Amino acid sequence: MFVHQVRADQLVFWRGRESAIFVFLFPVLLFLLLSTVYSGEYRGRPLTDYLVPSLVTYGVANTTFGGLAIILVVRRELGILKRIRATPLPAPMYLAATLCSILLVFALQAAAIMALGRVLYDWHLPSEWPSLFAAFLLGALCFAGMGFGAASLIRSAEGASAVVNVITLPMAFLSGGFGPTRDFPEFLQAIADVLPLTYLVDIVQGVVYDGKPISEQPLAVVVLLAWGVAGTLIAMRFFAWEPRER
Amino acid sequence: MAAAVDVRGLRKSYGDHDAVRGITFRIEEGEVFCLLGPNGAGKTTTVEILEGYRARDAGDVTVLGLDPGRRERTLRERMGVVLQHSETWPQVTVAETLRIYAGYYRNPRDVDEVIELVGLVEKRDARIKTLSGGQKRRLDLGLALVGNPDLVFLDEPTTGFDPQARRNAWEMIRGLRALGKTILLTTHYLDEAQQLADRVAVLRDGEIVTEGTPGELVASSRTEIRYRENGEVKIVATDEPTRVLHELTSRAVAQGRELEELEVRRRSLEDVYLELLREDVT
Repeated sequence: MFVHQVRADQLVFWRGRESAIFVFLFPVLLFLLLSTVYSGEYRGRPLTDYLVPSLVTYGVANTTFGGLAIILVVRRELGILKRIRATPLPAPMYLAATLCSILLVFALQAAAIMALGRVLYDWHLPSEWPSLFAAFLLGALCFAGMGFGAASLIRSAEGASAVVNVITLPMAFLSGGFGPTRDFPEFLQAIADVLPLTYLVDIVQGVVYDGKPISEQPLAVVVLLAWGVAGTLIAMRFFAWEPRER
Repeated sequence: MAAAVDVRGLRKSYGDHDAVRGITFRIEEGEVFCLLGPNGAGKTTTVEILEGYRARDAGDVTVLGLDPGRRERTLRERMGVVLQHSETWPQVTVAETLRIYAGYYRNPRDVDEVIELVGLVEKRDARIKTLSGGQKRRLDLGLALVGNPDLVFLDEPTTGFDPQARRNAWEMIRGLRALGKTILLTTHYLDEAQQLADRVAVLRDGEIVTEGTPGELVASSRTEIRYRENGEVKIVATDEPTRVLHELTSRAVAQGRELEELEVRRRSLEDVYLELLREDVT
């Protein structure tokens, strides 16, 4: 039944043109755009070394946080979640399948960005690639926790997309998801210091530039986990199955 | 015969608003039972308690022998629900949607069979967003039936339908009855209750004001005799229409005048219903 539900979610996701374009394709397109307009080097290496994994972290925020939140809010407001509650499908299984499905979308998106990096810019996986993948997975899970939390707080389907973008786009910009931030003014860097994506970007950069495995970056891991747990707790307290709007 | 639904002394309040104030009714297996009442009478609250969506404040409730408040999966296997407002994914087809829901049940009905049952054969592979309102409502019914339930809840299934679509929906609901399903229907349309229900409970302000077969509700009412006298319309309501009519006509004949616009009619269920709703709450 779990597999059935994941497949159903995948069908619904890819069939919905808006969700497929916005959630899946947007980070891929941004990668192509940024890698085309920015060239040069960062810390003695081609900028694509920075951009490929960073755009994947933006994908984490865009897909497992934003995409998940929008999907849940839209389904709640349409009454799909309410109807599901009347079927024998257990609620935890439904939520787990939704999570699994969005992780699949993210995995494909990450693969697409890395493959494009490889084909267009001869980008290669760093030697510490298991740490890189572990960071992506950790980030995806933590941001999904925040996605569940955000879905619980967003009131309307119309507003969901706007709210999510107002959060993720500036966050990605400030956190270094779209390019290095070391030349940013200090107050912007200070804002970035409280954003969860900053810590994911930090882990990824540590892996790529310093060859530091994720196990040697415990502070960033803890901050990310804290955000993920906070989101999950909000969801446990406020998640609703029934439409909020009348 | 076992009761499919048994409700005793059910109460539910939202804040200081008492939505349901101690109602009692019983639905036998295979019966079509209708909760009839205006908007805000407590119909949806009652149904959603039976469906397991809301917790009750007081009262004993069993649905297919189980307590819906415990939200057991075995109960959800055996019931089908048509909610008042609920949509499905717009970009997925009718058959795909039904197949997804069929996957949630142990013994689902065949998807194509369901499509035929609800009359969507021509729309089988159409995306939901291309369906009309009536067709979407039929899909709702299909989704309620795909698990092959014993008990079906229909919360205002035809609200907003044009007359033809309503007739079609009624045919479908009669079809369900023929399949032996127990049906709990809510409506604020009197003719719908009259057409479909084996028994009707009229709900007003969270209380059942009367209950019985549509025939019984009418039978309990009196006959109305109307005529015009000296330009004035007279209405006599009586339990003894034969005697009253005889007296009236004898008098008129004796006086050599006509009872103008004489009309004798049994009051319709509509009259009874409107009268029930008009009575002041005390």
